[in-house]
Amino acid sequence: MAYSDKVIDHYSNPRNVGTLDKSKKNVGTGLVGAPECGDVMRLQIEVDEATNTITDAKFKTFGCGSAIASSSLATEWLKGKTVDEALAIDNMEIVEELALPPVKIHCSVLAEDAIKMAISDYRVKNGMPALEMAHH
Amino acid sequence: MLKLPIYLDNNSTTPLDPRVLEAMMPYLTDVFGNAASRNHPFGWAAEEGVDYARDQIAQLINCDPKEIIFTSGATESDNLGIKGVFEMYSQRGNHIITATTEHKAVLDTCKHLEKLGARVTYLPVDAEGLISLTDLEAAMTPQTILVCLMFGNNETGTILPIREIAAIAHAHGALFMTDGTQAVGKIPVDVQADGIDIMAFTAHKMYGPKGVGALYVRRKNPRVKVTAQMDGGGHERGMRSGTLNVPGIVGLGKACELARLEMAADAARLSVLRDRLQAELMTMEETYVNGSVAHRLPHVANISFKYVEGEGLMMGVKDLAVSSGSACTSASLEPSYVLKALGLSDDLAHSSLRFGLSRFTTDEQIDYAIGHVKEAVTKLREMSPLWEMHQEGIDLSTIEWAEH
Repeated sequence: MAYSDKVIDHYSNPRNVGTLDKSKKNVGTGLVGAPECGDVMRLQIEVDEATNTITDAKFKTFGCGSAIASSSLATEWLKGKTVDEALAIDNMEIVEELALPPVKIHCSVLAEDAIKMAISDYRVKNGMPALEMAHH
Repeated sequence: MLKLPIYLDNNSTTPLDPRVLEAMMPYLTDVFGNAASRNHPFGWAAEEGVDYARDQIAQLINCDPKEIIFTSGATESDNLGIKGVFEMYSQRGNHIITATTEHKAVLDTCKHLEKLGARVTYLPVDAEGLISLTDLEAAMTPQTILVCLMFGNNETGTILPIREIAAIAHAHGALFMTDGTQAVGKIPVDVQADGIDIMAFTAHKMYGPKGVGALYVRRKNPRVKVTAQMDGGGHERGMRSGTLNVPGIVGLGKACELARLEMAADAARLSVLRDRLQAELMTMEETYVNGSVAHRLPHVANISFKYVEGEGLMMGVKDLAVSSGSACTSASLEPSYVLKALGLSDDLAHSSLRFGLSRFTTDEQIDYAIGHVKEAVTKLREMSPLWEMHQEGIDLSTIEWAEH
C-alpha cells in the first residue's frame, strides 16, 4: 500500500507519544479499538481548568501506519484548543490532512472517537455529565 | 555497500542464478526449435536440451528421466497430480487425505474435487505444524486412493516425516504424493528412499526461471498414471500436452544440477545465518518462533512479535523484503490460515514475519536485518498501549474493548 508523505512523516516521527498521569483530575483518557481488530488507540488530554484549554496531549497506538499517524496528528491539533474546539474536530479533517485512502478512513474515525472519549472522561472526573458517544 | 531493500522473501521466489541464465540463453536465441519437431535439426537440438535437463533433474531427486513430466509450475503440477489421480483411480476409490496447512494449490484443488464426488480428509496439525501419524493411520480407508502431504511448508518451513507418511499410505494401498516446492533443491529429496509416488516442484524456488515446473510420476513399483488435465498433442507421455518450454526446462535442469552440487554447502551456511537471525530476534521479550524448530527447512524462520500490529510492523521494516502473516499485506482480511492452523491467535498471526534466505544472502545482510527488525519492534512497542499494559502486568483479556 502506498502511504502519503504525511502518514510516513507521522509514522517515522510520531508527535507526543507517551502517557499522562491518569490519576490527575484534569487528565482525560480515551481508549478505543480492540486488539483483534488490529487497532487500539489511547489518547490523553491535560486540561487547564481555569481556561478550559488543553495544555498537553499524548497518545499510544497499536495499529497500522495510518492509525499511528491519525492519533499523532490528533495530539498536535488538540494542544492549545479549548475543550469545546476539540469536540468539533471531525474525522474527515484528519482524512483530508493525511490523504487517507478509503480503506483507512476507520483510522480517522477511531481518532475522533478517542478525542471524544478523552473529553468525556475529563468531564465525568470533574462532575459534568458524560458525552453521548456516537457509535460507529 | 549494502543495497536496500534486502530480499529475504525467497520462499516466494528466488532470484535467477546467473549460471542458469547462461545455460538458458542459447535456447532463447539460436536453438529455438520445437522439441516435438522430429523432422529437422532445429527440433533435434531442442529435444537434446530437454533430454539433458531431464537427466539433471532425475539425478537430483534420484528417479528415471522418463518419470519427469514438465509443467508450467508447481500449481499446475499439484493440480495435475491430484486431479489426475482422482480421475485415473476413480474405480478404486474416491478418498483423498491432505492437511490444513497445505498450499492453496492443493487445498483448493481438493475442494474442487469434493464438488465432483471426492471425499477429502483435512488432517489437523500440532503447534509445530506437524501432522500426527496416528491421525493419518486412523483416516486411511479402503477407498483412500491418495495421501497428499507437503514436504516442507512454505510459511513456517516445517518438514513433515515423509518416509513414515509414505509407509502408511502404501500399507493401505494408497498412492503418496508430496508438494516438494519448498524442499527440492534445498534439502535432500530422494523419491526412492522417501517412497514418493508423485511430486510437484518448480524452478523459480531454486534459482531457476518462473513459468516452468515438473511433476514426478513413478513408473514402476507401482506404475502410476495420471489423467491428463489438458487435451492436445499428447506430449509428456500423454499426461501433459503443450509445446515444451525449452528454455525454461533447460533452466530448471541447470538449477537442479547446481542444487545437487551446492545444496549441502548452501544449507550448512544458511542454517547458521538463519539461527543467528532467530537467536538475535528472540532476545526481545514476547517473541515467538512459528513452526517446528527441530524439523525445519534450513533457510526459513517465521517469527511473531507480540503487541506489535502487523501492518505497522511491515511499514517499520521497509528496508527488508519479507512476507507477513498479516491480512493487511494480502488481499484477504483473514490472517495466515497456516499460522491459525498451528493454533496462533489472530494477533500473533498478524504480527509475524517470514524470513526466507537464499544462496545469495550474505552475513552483512543478516546483520542489517537483525538491527532493522529490532529497531522497528522496539519503536512500535514503545508506541503501543498494549505493550504498556503488558509491562504493567495487566491481563489484556480482562479489558472490555470498545469494538468498532
